Amino acid sequence: MTTGQAPTGAAAPAGSWTAWLRTRISRTVPPGQVLPDRQPAYVASWIYVFGVLSLAALVVVIGSGVVLSLGGVSWWHDSSVGHFVNSLHLWSVEIFFAVMVVHLWGKFWMAAWRGKRGLTWLSGVVAFVASIGTAFTGYLSQSNFDSQWISSEGKDGINAIGVGAYFNVLNPGQMLMWHIVLLPVAVGIIVGIHVVLVRRHGVVPPLDAEDPHADRPRMEAD
Amino acid sequence: MAVHDSAALTAGHYIDWGVISISVTNAAIIGLMVVVFVLALVLPFPRPREERPPTRQGEP
Repeated sequence: MTTGQAPTGAAAPAGSWTAWLRTRISRTVPPGQVLPDRQPAYVASWIYVFGVLSLAALVVVIGSGVVLSLGGVSWWHDSSVGHFVNSLHLWSVEIFFAVMVVHLWGKFWMAAWRGKRGLTWLSGVVAFVASIGTAFTGYLSQSNFDSQWISSEGKDGINAIGVGAYFNVLNPGQMLMWHIVLLPVAVGIIVGIHVVLVRRHGVVPPLDAEDPHADRPRMEAD
Repeated sequence: MAVHDSAALTAGHYIDWGVISISVTNAAIIGLMVVVFVLALVLPFPRPREERPPTRQGEP
């Protein structure tokens, strides 16, 4: 008979997927670094704010996009609330890109790929490129003359790189699906990997500061 | 045709510099982003109250 509470400290049974996942998570990010409440002194600078600003803007982008998908095309064109949410979606995207580019500038000039942070830098680059594709398909999904103009201007470029048969910018249904399903999922996964890597290796220090994470014990896949 | 010409004339002002052609609006936004970037580097970041140095006696 059990008391309903698993014994603590007992060895996990072989083949336990929960034990495997727990071990995997603990090896991915150092203890206490998943959601830390303290940061090195150099992080007290406005330039370190733009990464989390990008995340905050992305949350508004996704949230307003979900509401737009509930209402549909006629709703965001014809109703005042639809206009508001449509504008919220557009301007949160504008802010997302503006703060993400300032974040990029800040990280570029402090050589943020130092200290085994190359994959963190690369995942940020891929997230930026995937975000551009998501924004592009968003412009094509407005269902107005603007989206017609952009798609007819863009088709030659897309055809020139040889992907026009699979990514047809003149097909609004396909572009809408890319915009609200495939690319947001890709951006979400890449941004998630980026954030985990930042927590894994720590925030990059300025060029003239000592890296407090430099003496961190080597972790799996370092 | 007159309507088309009118629409083209009101489509915005552009800065042309060799192969580079950018609207004044976009150039202004990029300029504003550079200003924000510089301000983020030079403006002091507010510290939590408990980390501020203690004030001397008699000071408010």
